[in-house]
Amino acid sequence: MTVQELIGRLGLELKNNGCVEAAINGCYASDMLSDVLANGKEGNIWITRQTHPNVVAVAAIKGLSGIIVTGGRQIEAETLEKAASECIPVMSTPLQTYDMVGMVYNLLLKNEER
Amino acid sequence: MASSGKFGRIRPLTVMAQGDKKEGLDGKTGGQDIYFPLNGGDFSDAGAGSKSLRSELAALGVPAQVIRRAAICAFEAEINVIIHAVAGSLHYLIEGETLTITVTDMGPGIADIGLAMKEGYTTAPDWAREFGWGSGMGLPNIKKNADALVIDSVPGEGTTLEITINLASPSNARQE
Repeated sequence: MTVQELIGRLGLELKNNGCVEAAINGCYASDMLSDVLANGKEGNIWITRQTHPNVVAVAAIKGLSGIIVTGGRQIEAETLEKAASECIPVMSTPLQTYDMVGMVYNLLLKNEER
Repeated sequence: MASSGKFGRIRPLTVMAQGDKKEGLDGKTGGQDIYFPLNGGDFSDAGAGSKSLRSELAALGVPAQVIRRAAICAFEAEINVIIHAVAGSLHYLIEGETLTITVTDMGPGIADIGLAMKEGYTTAPDWAREFGWGSGMGLPNIKKNADALVIDSVPGEGTTLEITINLASPSNARQE
């Protein structure tokens, strides 16, 4: 599944000019950045409530496929610009992390079963 | 030359502009010696050194897994300086197949290095946790991803990390 497909299926709002054709191979949910540096995997979509520019460095270093910010939180302009320059799509959802994780989990599971 | 006084053991901070390159220390191996200043409390500086390192290593054709390990070490070390110290600098040197990242700060120092290496132990303030840092995983992450890590810390003076990475080997013994 690509980021573009995920956006369509879950009604996410794409906030920047990221690379939405990137393939998603799994998901990691965490608000602690060192945790993502330690345990996130290349190609994972990252679900978080963090919005400041450091998330871009984390996603770029780990080769994550994109960032979904939960709770409809305002995302800093600098974050969106930096992410676009690293080709990382940043998406927003009004849902809280628990609900978003559940939806992404089900979607990726169904995708695997197909 | 080291100065005396409160920060006597810390090498003088560089006044070079961000990302300035110095002449390689060893002309024969084409070593590149690059500095990035860091200011305590300012997360906007974070990642400049690790980003520069990523592109330098990619340009040299270093395997992606090795670039990732090096960037994690550099970024975590940058964040540590910003959280704990007044100021510091990240400096990296690529010589042949060896990358050395040196991060020096004027900070509180680490009272108990053994404890600081334990995952989950942290002395980070609450403001850092609001930014998603301070989970007590920084130094363990660095150790896990480095081929060698030397910590020289003096309480009340500062800390120097010397991180070594072998650019030719995609994984190290600490990776699962």
